[in-house]
Amino acid sequence: MATVTTPVGTQQRSADLNVLRAKQRSLWVDAWNRLRRNKAAMVGLVIVALACLIAATAQWIAPYDPFDQTPSNNLREPIWGNQQYVDPAHPFGTDTLGRDILSRLIYSSRISILIGFVPAGVVFLIGVTIGMIAGYAGGRTDNILMRFTDAIYAFPDLLFLIIIMTSLRETGIGQLVGGLLLMFLAIAVVNWIGVARLTRGQVLSLKEREFVEAARATGATPARIMTKHLFPNALAPLIVQTAFAVPTYILYEAGLSFLGVGIRPPIPTWGSMLNEGFLVFSTTPWPVLLPSFCISIIMLAFTFIGDGLRDALDPRMKL
Amino acid sequence: MAQNLLEVQDLYTQFFTRDGVVRAVDGVSFHVEAGETLGIVGESGCGKSVTALSLMRLIPQPPGKIVKGSIMFDGADVLKMDDDEVRGIRGNNIAMIFQDPMTSLNPVLTISRQISEALELHLKMDKSEARKRTIELLDLVGIPSAKKRADDYPHQFSGGMRQRVMIAMALSCNPKLILADEPTTALDVTIQAQILDLLKNLAREFRTAFILITHDLGVVAGMTQRIHVMYGGKIVEKADTAELFANPKMPYTWGLLRSIPRLDEKRKAKLVPIEGLPPDLIAPPPGCRFEPRCQYRRDICHEKEPPLEHIPNSKPDHEARCWGTQEGGWLVDTDWRKEIGDMAVLEVIKQEVAQLPPEPKPGDVPPPPAAI
Amino acid sequence: MGQYVIRRVLLLIPTLLLVALITFVLALSAPGSPFDKNPDKPLSEEDQARLNEIYGLNKPIYEQFAIYIANAAKLDFGVSIVRHRPVVEIIGDGLPKSAQLGVQAMLVGLLIALPLGIVSALKQNSIIDYISVGVATIGTTIPSFVIGILLIYIFGVSLHWLPFVGWGESCGPIPSCEIRKMILPTFILALAPAGYLTRITRASMLEAIRQDFVRTARSKGLGEGAVIVGHALRNALIPVVTIIGPATAGLIVGTFFIEYIFSIPGSGREYIRAINSRDYPVIMGTTLLYAFFIAGANLLVDVAYGLVDPRIKVGK
Repeated sequence: MATVTTPVGTQQRSADLNVLRAKQRSLWVDAWNRLRRNKAAMVGLVIVALACLIAATAQWIAPYDPFDQTPSNNLREPIWGNQQYVDPAHPFGTDTLGRDILSRLIYSSRISILIGFVPAGVVFLIGVTIGMIAGYAGGRTDNILMRFTDAIYAFPDLLFLIIIMTSLRETGIGQLVGGLLLMFLAIAVVNWIGVARLTRGQVLSLKEREFVEAARATGATPARIMTKHLFPNALAPLIVQTAFAVPTYILYEAGLSFLGVGIRPPIPTWGSMLNEGFLVFSTTPWPVLLPSFCISIIMLAFTFIGDGLRDALDPRMKL
Repeated sequence: MAQNLLEVQDLYTQFFTRDGVVRAVDGVSFHVEAGETLGIVGESGCGKSVTALSLMRLIPQPPGKIVKGSIMFDGADVLKMDDDEVRGIRGNNIAMIFQDPMTSLNPVLTISRQISEALELHLKMDKSEARKRTIELLDLVGIPSAKKRADDYPHQFSGGMRQRVMIAMALSCNPKLILADEPTTALDVTIQAQILDLLKNLAREFRTAFILITHDLGVVAGMTQRIHVMYGGKIVEKADTAELFANPKMPYTWGLLRSIPRLDEKRKAKLVPIEGLPPDLIAPPPGCRFEPRCQYRRDICHEKEPPLEHIPNSKPDHEARCWGTQEGGWLVDTDWRKEIGDMAVLEVIKQEVAQLPPEPKPGDVPPPPAAI
Repeated sequence: MGQYVIRRVLLLIPTLLLVALITFVLALSAPGSPFDKNPDKPLSEEDQARLNEIYGLNKPIYEQFAIYIANAAKLDFGVSIVRHRPVVEIIGDGLPKSAQLGVQAMLVGLLIALPLGIVSALKQNSIIDYISVGVATIGTTIPSFVIGILLIYIFGVSLHWLPFVGWGESCGPIPSCEIRKMILPTFILALAPAGYLTRITRASMLEAIRQDFVRTARSKGLGEGAVIVGHALRNALIPVVTIIGPATAGLIVGTFFIEYIFSIPGSGREYIRAINSRDYPVIMGTTLLYAFFIAGANLLVDVAYGLVDPRIKVGK
């Protein structure tokens, strides 16, 4: 039975009001926490960090010069291989030209890391800029971009890359660093479109939102709107796209070098090691298997990171 | 006395989430007689939809679970039935109309197929019988050129038409009870009126019982015989419709009625909204759930939860869950239209809300990305 | 619907022209004459001039391009510089084998992916779910040639279970050798499409069963089977159909690597040979043909998508 009591005093009792509200945090901090909980992604990060470290310190950790040929000492087995052919001075064995495989593996990480990150950065800059302008300006500019990209969008990147690398190998640019610069350019040229389209899509949906209208009302210039408002909000899917682009580029290099149109020997890359090793596959599998493991591990690492980022930034995306 | 068509006793439905157990329906009891329309009113998150889904055992099993209670439909306890029996009832004796007809209809199947499904399943009709009946039903709910339209797809219909299709689907096997969950919320106001009229006529013609679930008091006013008000997973007031509007006995209901603009009010009269936010259903407060937002509150409201009981100065089956309006309470003689309660408390509530961390603005949330 | 198809077919033409243009320009940008491939027998100035005349290399670029396109339309892609046979013949020899390999791989991929994706969506966190995620990860992460080499080593060299050189050729008296030779290449090529098809199917199915209309179907009293197959699945498969287009493109590129590794005499391997020996007529012809196939596959898929999704078939 209720009793008449005095009216309530004016104490604060915010704990009674919706407690769940208090759990909202900054979105990026939230995403980072989610990422941290993802064990696979964390393992991936460690592996990538390790790879970067190896790439950076290659000169000091590699036991030999990767270009050092000793043809007489070729096709040595690694320590765990066919004991008849093992040369203890080369724990991972030697390749067809007598070069130390371990050192070549270590130096190859440089190429892979570079080919992963550098074009990704360039593609990001170009793609985002163009995509933003096209999306924000709309109208003719947008239309032209879409028509042009529609035509080639479905075409496999690797095919274009093969053609570019083949044709321009002997040009001046193609000669630099065994074709690395050419590959950067080729990848950038072929891949900026995807980033531009994604950015454009994001901008199109964002620019109708009220906060953009509000910014315009306060006199913000288009440039300011694009950089301070549109860009941060469009960022999440772009990050995920870039995260997946990096391993894709590493894969391109591996594939191209494997086919013989990538980075030219004697520069060591995992892909070209595969190419060379494949020719002697029946004699000894290790020159092929070892770079295969390296490629697989780095690819898995990046994929886990990409998946983790995607889950962290928008758990609704189930792909 | 004739047995009630539906008798719900002590229903508890909970959701087991990573953040805790959400007590969505926390001890709900009510009944529905054959042929009557009951309105369940409350704001989003109060548990009204979950109640309806529980009646048909449509609660997704993880993470949800009906943990306690009984649902007697036509003398049998739905909660004790096995899966096949429940499926026999669904669409057959009890049917449901959902809120958003666009997403509630399968976009890749014709509406004829979607309506015939239930007919073929429950009434064992063959294809031609089912088709005939389907066209009859479409006619009944007011779809013009029913015969031609039967083979169309949902996206070829307007919102109001789609909802009519859903109603036809619900009616198809002549159910004794139809649960209508916010049937008009997704529609334009003019279409709302049409749909509500349709439902009323159908209820009368076929003597179907309805449970009409909505947040809109205006919708239930013309449609129902009785109304239950829900808040925080519990029923907080039960009354006949006219009685509820004329003589509400719970501050939450007063709040609801005050927030409706009325044509007959003076222009200067201010709308008094209910300040504050709905309660946290994972850790509900020990006292009255509405207390944090109530400007009539007293200490006892914070300490003990009031039971749902009959209240003085009202019709015999009028119940409310409020210490203040119950026997001996301080609100027994209050004229809610004139006395808006302690304004100081209102200010405190407003301040408490202002103290909370800000909700993320639309600009802060990254929009869902396009397919990569 | 008809309009849509016609528009897409017409879009093929500028796409192919663009691809041809890019390929053409690149081929011509390659330094050196297309004829001095053989350093042991360098051509004399007059011989080069004569060849340039014959092959029309002295004409301005746009004229050369126009001629090339005109010929291409008649399926005349010129003559291979290295093999001295018409490009069409060279491609024609290898195409059936590559096509067979590709189709087989696609079928195997679908056979693996569809059941795996569907079941794993229905039974989340079960063993099947882990397997499907595993397949999806491996298929989409590790390149086919890497897996190919690994599997050759395990099954071909170490265990001698599956022969792998030559395609569909017999190994003498050993029966079923022809078929066994196809197992490894087909399976490895199928891994990549199986990977992303599994992923898409699973995601699509997961999304479908969460839709409101599934709840509606249940509320009508339909059994789980009817709900899953009749309602959820029909919606879930729609995005999967659209993926088959890009999957085809991926398959074509995949055949380059697989044919190279397994020494399969298909058009992919020819392509790689042409690339390594700068045989531009073959390169350009094959590229154009592949572009045509890919665009065609995408077109077919789009049309199929239009047929399967009534929201497009019977537009508003």
